[in-house]
Amino acid sequence: MARKIVYGLYNSEEALKSAIIEAQRKHLEIDDVYTPFPVHGLDALLGLEESRLHIAGFVYGLIGFLVAFLGMSWINTVDWPIIFGGKPYWSVPAYVPIMFECTVLFSAVGMTVTFYVVSGMGPGVKNPILHPRITDDKFCIAFDAEDVSESDAMAFFKATGADETGIKIIGKNE
Amino acid sequence: MGEVVVTRFRPSLITGNKDYHQITEDLCRPVEQKPPLSWILAFTVSAALLAYGVFTISWTIFYGIGTWNLNRTINWGWDITNFVWWIGIGHAGTLISAILLLFRQWWRTGVNRAAEAMTIFAVMCAGLFPLIHMGRIWDAFFIFPYPNTRGPVWPNFNSPLMWDVFAISTYFTVSVLFWYTGLVPDLATLRDRAKGFRKKMYEIFSFGWTGAAKHWQRWESLSLVLAGLATPLVLSVHTIVSFDFATSVLPGWHTTIFPPYFVAGAVFSGFAMVLTLMLIARKVLRLEDYITIDHIESMNKIILVTGTIVGVAYLTELFIAWYSGYIYEQFAFFNRVTGPYWWSYFGMMLCNVISPQFFWFKKFRRNITFTFFLSIVINVGMWFERFVIIVSTLAREYLPSSWSYYSPTWVEVGIFLGTLGLFLTLFLIFVRVAPVVAIAEIKHVLKYTGVQFRDKNDQWHNHDLDAPCHTTLDVYEDSHHGHHGRSHDTSTSDAQTSSSPQAIGDVAVATEEDDLKLIEGIGPKIEAVLKAAGIKTFAQLAAMKPEEIQQLLDKAEGNFSGNIPETWPEQAALAAQGKWDELKEWQQKHKYGRK
Repeated sequence: MARKIVYGLYNSEEALKSAIIEAQRKHLEIDDVYTPFPVHGLDALLGLEESRLHIAGFVYGLIGFLVAFLGMSWINTVDWPIIFGGKPYWSVPAYVPIMFECTVLFSAVGMTVTFYVVSGMGPGVKNPILHPRITDDKFCIAFDAEDVSESDAMAFFKATGADETGIKIIGKNE
Repeated sequence: MGEVVVTRFRPSLITGNKDYHQITEDLCRPVEQKPPLSWILAFTVSAALLAYGVFTISWTIFYGIGTWNLNRTINWGWDITNFVWWIGIGHAGTLISAILLLFRQWWRTGVNRAAEAMTIFAVMCAGLFPLIHMGRIWDAFFIFPYPNTRGPVWPNFNSPLMWDVFAISTYFTVSVLFWYTGLVPDLATLRDRAKGFRKKMYEIFSFGWTGAAKHWQRWESLSLVLAGLATPLVLSVHTIVSFDFATSVLPGWHTTIFPPYFVAGAVFSGFAMVLTLMLIARKVLRLEDYITIDHIESMNKIILVTGTIVGVAYLTELFIAWYSGYIYEQFAFFNRVTGPYWWSYFGMMLCNVISPQFFWFKKFRRNITFTFFLSIVINVGMWFERFVIIVSTLAREYLPSSWSYYSPTWVEVGIFLGTLGLFLTLFLIFVRVAPVVAIAEIKHVLKYTGVQFRDKNDQWHNHDLDAPCHTTLDVYEDSHHGHHGRSHDTSTSDAQTSSSPQAIGDVAVATEEDDLKLIEGIGPKIEAVLKAAGIKTFAQLAAMKPEEIQQLLDKAEGNFSGNIPETWPEQAALAAQGKWDELKEWQQKHKYGRK
C-alpha cells in the first residue's frame, strides 16, 4: 500500500527536539524521525521502548556456550575418546578458551544478524530515502498523511521553523 | 551576570569550527575526489610488494616449506614471528574501539574507524602464516571440527594451537561485524551524495540505512554490546597466542607472565602501527582538524605506558630466571642476551624499552616527526621481540648436539614483504571507498568536544566528558533551553567554584536570583512563571510545597501539564545548600525529575 509521507527538515537536533515536544502537545502523531547521527534522548521523547537486542545477544551467547561445552564433552567422552597428555577424557578446564570464544562468536554474529533483520536492512535492500541530506546534516520529522493531514503538518512545520518541507509517496508497488 | 569562563580540562578534539555539513564534506572528500598522485604511487609500490608476496607464497606451496630455512631444531622461524607480530598489531583497533568506548574516551572517535580497518587487515596478514606453515594448505580445512568421513577424527580441543584457530577466527569475525556496523551509516551518507554506478554500489553496501530513530537506538545498543564482547575477546586473543608458547615445556617459554606481557606488547605495537598510518593519512587526506595533536599525544601516552609494562616484563623474566635457580631457565636467558642472536635482544631492548621513555616529555609527545620516527622504531622492536622469543630459544634447547642456527631464505623474506604489501594495499583501497574517520560519530561528539562548543561544555560537566551518555537529562534540558545541554551558565557561578577548583578566580558573580532551570523539570517558561510570582531563589522554592507550585502553574498561562513539581522543592533544597554533585547524581537517578 502506498503511503503519503509529509516531512520537514530541521537544522539542529535542538530544533528537532523542541518540534517533537510541540507535536506531542498538539497531539500530532509522528510517523518517524530521521537523524544523521544518534541523537540522545530521542527514544525517551518519542516513547520508544528500550531495545531488546542485548537480551537476544545473551541468548545467542548462551547457545554458543552450550554448543561448545556439550559438543566438546560429547566428542571427547562419547564419540572418539582419546587421552591427551595423560589428562582425563573429560578435561573441562582445557575447554574454557573455546567455550569463551564460541560464546562471543555466537552472540556477536546472532545480534548483528538480528539487528539487520528486525530493522529491515541487508545487502542491497532499498528503503525509501525522504531526503538526501538526512544522512548529512538535516534532522527530519515525518508524518503519515493518514494520521496528520497535509495542511496540519505544513502548518506545524512552519510554526516550528522547519528549514524545508516535502511530500513523498512511498511503497507504491506493494 | 557575565558569561562564566572555566578553565578547560580537556583539549578540544575537533578544531576549525566545523558544522555538521562541513564534517560531511571534509570526511567524504578523500573518497569522492580523484586519487592524488601520492596515493597512486603508494598503491603501485604496495601492489608490487603484494605481487612479490603472492609469488613467494606460490613458490612455497609448489615446492613445499623446504624452501624455507627451518630445520629440525628451529621449526618456527620468520613465519611464526610474523604471525605473532601481525596479530599484535591487530590489537589496537579493537582496543581503541571497544575499550576506549567503555572508558568513555572520546578522543577515540577520530581514529577508531581507521584502527578497526587496520585490525582487520593485520589479522588477515597474521592468519596467512599458520595456514602456509601447515605445509599442505589444501588440507587446511582439517582444523575445523565438523563431522567427517575420516573416522570422524576431531581436532584436539586441548591444544593451544586449536584454541588459536577459534580465537583468531572469532576475533576476525567480530572485528569485521563491529567495523562494518559502524560503517553502514557512513556508507549511507556516501550513497546519498553519489551518482550513477557509485550510488548503486553504495546502495548495496549501505544495507538500506535510513537514519530512523529506532534504528539508531538499536545501532547504539548493538555497538555497545559488541564493544563489551570485544573487550574480553581482544585480551583473550593474545593470551591464547601466548599459550602457544607458555603451555610448552621449553625454558624461556614456559612462564605464567606471558599472557599479560603479550597483551601489553600487542597494544604497544598496535598503537605504534596506528600512529604510523594515521600520521601519513592525516597529512595526505588533510584530516588535521579531526586527528589533532591531542589525539597523537593521547596515543603516545598509551605507548609510554604499555612500552614500560613490556620493559618491566622483560626485566621480570630475567630476574625470575635467575631467582628460580633452574639452570636451564637461567641458560635460556643468558643465551638470549649473549648468544648468537644477541643483536636481536639488544634491538628489542633499545626499541621497546628505551625509546618510548622519550614520551615522558610533552615536547616529544607532541612532536609529529619524532612520533612518526618512534612509531617505526617500535614496530621494528616488537618484531625483534617475537624473533627473540621464538628463534633464540629454539636455537639453544636442552641438548647441545641439536643446537643450530637459522636465517631466512629469500622466500621467507618475500612472504613477509608480501604481507606488508597486502596490508598497505587493503588500507589504501579502504581510504578510497569508505571514510577513514567515522562521520556519524564525529557529528555525535561535535557539541561535546568541538572547539567552538568547548567553553560552554565546561560549565557544568567540566569534570567529566562523559556527557553523551546522560540521555534523559539531555532531553529535558534541551527541550527547555533551546540549545544543546550544558547550558547552565551565568548565575551558577557558586556551583562552579565548589565543583572545580580551577574555576576559582575566573568567576566572581554574586547573584540575587538563582537559575531555577537547574531543577530537572523547570524550563525557561516555568522559571518565568515562578519568578513572576516572586520565587527567585532555590531557598524560596525549597520552602514551597509541590501542591503550591502546582497551583501557580495551573493559574499561569500556557500548558504545563507535562511538568509535575513533586520533586522540585527537594531538588531546590540540594541546590540551595550548594550540593551540586548530589543534585547531579539525584537527577541522573530520577528520570525527568520524577519520583
